Amino acid sequence: MKSAVLVFPGSNCDRDLAVAVEAVTGRAPAMVWHRENELPEGTGLIAIPGGFSYGDYLRSGAMAARSPIMRAVADAAGKGVPVLGVCNGFQVLTEAGLLPGALMRNAGLHFVCRTVGLQVENSQSIFTSAYKAGEEIGIPVAHHDGNYQADAETLDRLEGEGRVAFRYTEDCNGSARCIAGILNPQGNVLGMMPHPERAFEAAHGNVDGRRLFEGLLEAVA
Amino acid sequence: MKARVFVTLKPGVLDPQGKAIHHALEGLGFTGVQEVRAGKLIELELADSTSDEEIAEMCRKLLANTVIENFRIERLETA
Repeated sequence: MKSAVLVFPGSNCDRDLAVAVEAVTGRAPAMVWHRENELPEGTGLIAIPGGFSYGDYLRSGAMAARSPIMRAVADAAGKGVPVLGVCNGFQVLTEAGLLPGALMRNAGLHFVCRTVGLQVENSQSIFTSAYKAGEEIGIPVAHHDGNYQADAETLDRLEGEGRVAFRYTEDCNGSARCIAGILNPQGNVLGMMPHPERAFEAAHGNVDGRRLFEGLLEAVA
Repeated sequence: MKARVFVTLKPGVLDPQGKAIHHALEGLGFTGVQEVRAGKLIELELADSTSDEEIAEMCRKLLANTVIENFRIERLETA
C-alpha cells in the first residue's frame, strides 16, 4: 500500500512514524513536505507525525493546519483515505477542523513524558480492530498541549457515536473525560496524543502500539 | 492603519496558565487577586482599506481558535 508521512518544519517523529508504517506496509512511505499541494497518486494512508510544527507558534498545530498540503489531506480524508494523526498530528487535525475540539496546555502545566495506560474504547474502527474492546495497553506520551477539551454536547456526541477510540486509564493532562484519541464521524480519521510508533518493536520495551499499524493495514489492504 | 486583536479564552474554559500566574502573584504577596486569565495580543499593520469584516475573517481563520477562544478587534487609526 502507498502511504505518506507529512513533514512540517519542526516535525520530529516523522521518521519514527515512517519506520512503523514501512514495517507493516512493506513499502517506505512518501515523505511529503508541507508546501506540497498534492499527495502522491494512489496514497492509501496518511500519517501526520508528532513534533513541534512551526515551533508551536500561535497555537500547537495552528500554522501546520493552514499549510498547502492540508487541503489535499482534507480532500483525501473526505474520500475515505485513512488519516492517522499522532500528538502534534492530532493537534493539527483539530486545528484543521477534521476532528472536533481543541488540545490545550496540560492542566498541570508540565510537559508529560512517560508511558501511560490507555483503555481501548472502540475496537471496531480500522485503527483499533486488532485490539479488544476494553483492553488496557501502555503507550508513551510526550506532550505539553494534550489537554483535550470540547463542549459538553460535542463530548456527548463523541461518546454516543463510539468515536472515543482511547481513554487514559488515569488522568495525565486534564483531558475532558480522559479522552486520549478520537475518530471522525466516518471513522477514517484518528487523532491521538500517545505515540504508538514508540511502542512498536521489542527494543522499545513495549510493542502495544504495533497492533494499531498491523490492524490498520489488515483493515484497509 | 494599525489594528490590535485580543484573543482570550472563552469564559468557562480552564486556563492553567492563568492559574499558575495567579498562584505566583499570591506567592509574591499580592493579596486580593480574584482570578487571572491569560490571553494574546496580536498587532497588525494593515492597508487603510482593510475592512472590519476582513480582520474578523483573519481572526476566524487563523488568529483565534473559536472552539476555545474569543477575539476582539481594536482599530487604531494612525495620525
